[in-house]
Order: sequence, then C-alpha cells, then structure tokens
Amino acid sequence: MSLVKDATVLAEEVNVVRPVAQKRRGRRDNLAGYLFMSPWLAGFLLLTAGPMIASLYYAFTDYNLFAAPKWIGFDNFTAMFDDPRWQKSVQVTLKYVVIGTPLKLLLALGVALLLNQSRRGQGLYRAAFYAPSLIGASVSVGFVWRALFSDNAVVDKGLGSLGLNLGGWIGDPDMILYSLVALTVWQFGAPMVIFLAGLKQVPRELYEAAAVDGAGPLRRFWNITLPMISPVLFFNVLLESIHSFQIFGSAYVVSNTFCGPADATLVYTCYLYQKGFQQSQMGFASAMAWMLLLAVALVTVVLFWSQKKWVHYEEDVK
Amino acid sequence: MTTLTPELKSGANPRKRTGSLVWHVFAIAVLCVVLYPVVWVIGAAFKPGKKIVGSLDLFPADPILDNVKGLADGIAGISISTFFTNSLFYAGMAVVGVVISSSLTAYAFAKIPFRGRKLLFALMIGTLLLPYHVLLIPQYVMFQKLELINTYVPLLAGKFLATEAFFVFLMVQFMRGLPRELDEAARLDGCGHLRIYWSIVLPLCRPALITSAIFTFINAWNDFMGPLIYLNEPSKYTVSLGLMMFRDQQGISDYGGQIAMAMMALIPVIAFFMAFQRYLIDGMATSGLK
Repeated sequence: MSLVKDATVLAEEVNVVRPVAQKRRGRRDNLAGYLFMSPWLAGFLLLTAGPMIASLYYAFTDYNLFAAPKWIGFDNFTAMFDDPRWQKSVQVTLKYVVIGTPLKLLLALGVALLLNQSRRGQGLYRAAFYAPSLIGASVSVGFVWRALFSDNAVVDKGLGSLGLNLGGWIGDPDMILYSLVALTVWQFGAPMVIFLAGLKQVPRELYEAAAVDGAGPLRRFWNITLPMISPVLFFNVLLESIHSFQIFGSAYVVSNTFCGPADATLVYTCYLYQKGFQQSQMGFASAMAWMLLLAVALVTVVLFWSQKKWVHYEEDVK
Repeated sequence: MTTLTPELKSGANPRKRTGSLVWHVFAIAVLCVVLYPVVWVIGAAFKPGKKIVGSLDLFPADPILDNVKGLADGIAGISISTFFTNSLFYAGMAVVGVVISSSLTAYAFAKIPFRGRKLLFALMIGTLLLPYHVLLIPQYVMFQKLELINTYVPLLAGKFLATEAFFVFLMVQFMRGLPRELDEAARLDGCGHLRIYWSIVLPLCRPALITSAIFTFINAWNDFMGPLIYLNEPSKYTVSLGLMMFRDQQGISDYGGQIAMAMMALIPVIAFFMAFQRYLIDGMATSGLK
C-alpha cells in the first residue's frame, strides 16, 4: 500500500516539478538565446534593417550628403526612367546576366559530369577547377584580363590564328562586355562543386534500371540526372543570377576608362556608384538601389514560382 | 610500387584503360585552358613590360627581375609593404570577427529553443538574398556622421556583428548535424549554454569554422568596393586599391610593374587555397545542398 502511495506522491511531485522546471528552463533559454545572438541582432538592426528604412526614405528625396534630404516624391524614379545612361546600364547588366549565367552554369554542369566519374586524382582536378572562383573577384585578375584581352594580346592573337580576327576586346565597345562574360564564366568552380555534390546523391540503381531498359546515355541524363539534380540546379540558377546582377569590381577594373569605352561596361552598380559616390546624388542612387532590389526580388519570385514546374524534390517521387 | 596494382587491374581490361586515358587527356585539356591565366600571370611578371601584352609564351625566353625589383620603389612614395600590411590587418580582423560573431549566433539558432527563433532565422536567411547596394548608401551616411570614414571600422563592423549571413547559415547547418545527446548529456551534468558552446560545440565545429575563416580571409583580401568607398588616404589603402593606384600612375599600357604586383597580390590567396582547399570545397558543397 505504502509503496503505491509513494509512487503516486512521487508522480504528483514530478508532475508539479516538471512544468516549473520547464518554465524556468524556457525563460533561461530565451535569455541565453538573445544573449548569444546579440551580435547578429545588433548587426541586423544597425546595419541591415535601419539602413533599409533609411534607404527607402532617401529614395524619395533629393540628398547630396551636405544638406538635409528634401522630399521630392517619385521624382528620382521618373528621372531614372528618362535617363539614357540608366537605361544603358540596365541593358548592359541584363545582357551580362542573360548571357553569362547560363554559359557559366552549362560549363559548371559539364565539368561536374566529367568529374563525377570515379577516376584517379579526382580531388586534385576538383580543386584546380575551383581555383578561379576564389581569385576571380580580385583586382589582380582584372589586370590579367585586361592584359589578355587587349589589342594584339593573347586572346586576339589566339583567335587570329584560328582565322577569327575580332581585334582586342578591351578597347572595343561592342566586345568588352564579352570579356566580362568570359571572366564570370571562368569562375564556374563554385556552382560546379554544388553540382558535384548533387550528382553524388543520385542513386546508382536508377541508372542501372534505366540501362536494363535500354536507355542510352543521353536519355539517362535527360530523364534521370537532370530531374534528380533539379533542386541543385535551381539553387545555382538563383544564386548565380542574383550575384550577376550585382557585378561591380570586374567592370570597374577591366575597363580602361570609367566603365567604358562608350559606357559599354556601365553595369548597374557602376552607375549607382558614380551617382552616389562621385556625384553625391545619394537620393537618386538609393532609388537605383531599390530598383535593383525589386529586380532581384522579381527574379527570386519568378524562379520560386516556376520551380513547381521543373524542380523535383524527393518527396514528390515517392 | 604502389602504382603497380591499378595498372595491372586496368591492364586486364583494355577498354576501360583507354576510356580512362581519354578521360584524363580531356580533363587535362580543359584544365589547361582554365588555369592558363593563372600560370600566364606568373610568367608575365618576369617579362619586359612592353612585351607582356604581345607575347603568347607562357614563360619568358630570358626572364628579368626588373618588374619585381621595381616594386621596391613603391607607388607614389608608399611602400608596397604598407598595402600588404593593411590588407593583412583587414583580412585578419575580418576572420576574427566573423568566426566569433557567427558562431555565437549560429549556436543560438541551432541549439537554444528560444522564443521567436523561427522568425529571426527566416529574417537572417532573407538577408542572404538582399543586394548589398540597398544598404550601401545609408551605411555610408551613417559612418560619415560618426566620422569613421577613412578608418577600418566600416569595413569590419559587419564582420563583428555577424551580418554575413552565409557563414551563420553554414555554421547552423553544421551544428544541427551534431548529435543532440552530446549537449543533453552536458546539460544533465550541469553545464550552461556558454560551457556547452565553448567546450563541446565549438571544437566539433572546427571544419565549419575553418571554412568560414578561409572564405572570409580571401573575400576580405579580394574586397574592392568596400575599401574603394571607405578609404581615401593612400597610406591606408589595401592591396586592391594599391593596384588601382599603380595602374593609374603607370598608364594603362605599361604592364610590367602592374602584373608583377598583381602576381604578388595573388600569392597569399593561392597559398591559402592550396593549404585548405579540402575544407573549402566540402564547405561549399554542404552549404549548397541542404
């Protein structure tokens, strides 16, 4: 009897004690959580959320850093759409994104497929192909690019020996943007590594089953590999296009004159930089930044919306 | 001797062997094109300035040291070592800031069930996709009002305040992968969060910390826009800005000194990369997947 009684008392005690302990622990967790993330919280408020609000405000003002911002409504935006150099910068950037991103991803996927076969020295190859992704953003490589793509330089002479006389790319307003495209395509290592990781997850049995059914390599790629890596492809498309929209350093460094000749490499951020930091038109530049944000958001939304049609997650298969 | 077995094996299957050979030849051919610019810059640094652009040779017929020696004079009266010291300072402090602040934040997201965690995590991920340019101008205005232009504070503030969401995300992913039993056992033994973070989670997260550290170092070393906007006194310039100064001073057609310094600026990055590439690439792959 007493044993049963003890047990019920104990059980009651536990029932009473646990919620209190849990509550106390919960409170302690809340405090600890916010303490641990206080650097990020401060950073988010001071360097992200605050500036975003300020930037939105500046976008509707005339602000030159020296006098107080003056509210002008949508004038910055209407001025922007009427500005031929702004239109040019949109054109240049879109061209760069639309040509560069698919080429880069194609090369990344191609090399990833190549490296996905188990051969000796795989790790070494992978590392070597990745290298340009890390150094590509540096001013040093910008210099190398300028030297390689100048008149009578390596690319010019190399193409000439193949019978293609395109001349130097850096001084030619029609060609210089393609040297920037080449520079971004050259940095295919990062998406390649992500593709490789995706390819490694494709179950081998699928290929074996398909081979038994008589599917050739092209069919296997189209019907197995591509759907299976579509989440990774989605991730790469999203990340690379968003990055491409924000190109700045290479356009600035590779061009001989300020993002030229003839504004040929006047990418969006170059113009934003010029307006904001060279001409002190902070309001206009902020309005430009918000248009960039809208463009990036639009691309993100469209991609997320389209993913239902072409991205296969494993849960769908089962 | 170790090469004997695979050779025997592949020798037993001649078709496999040719396939492998074709694969290697093809892969190396692609690699040659890809790595050409990297090798080219090393050779070009030892070519006479006027010959750099025209010559197709990877390495000079008669290498000269003039370009490298010329660097000793510095740029506009500033020694090259100043730029390198500045860049080292910037990159080193960036690493310290990112590793400390991001790991603390990641611990909170991954291991502490506090209220509002999901919402804050979503906000943090949201900043991953946010174009930096929206923040650029207000941040500049703010630092200008604080009279911090031409210091390293604006360049480093974000690193110490974990605004580089990519690294927080990377570490959260890694910490979530650690077995739950470990910190539960530690908690039963009476450890607080600080103790669990410091003695259990951090040591186990070493791969994620190293990946973040290397990426941060290389990104800061390569950073161009940040220093361009915030530094305006040549003695504070980083290597990237020093290079641009060099180019503007020398004119755009004489590549001798420019290429020599470009090569030197690449050395730390390439050395870092070769030493740690395994961590880097695995870190990249895991961050992309889940």
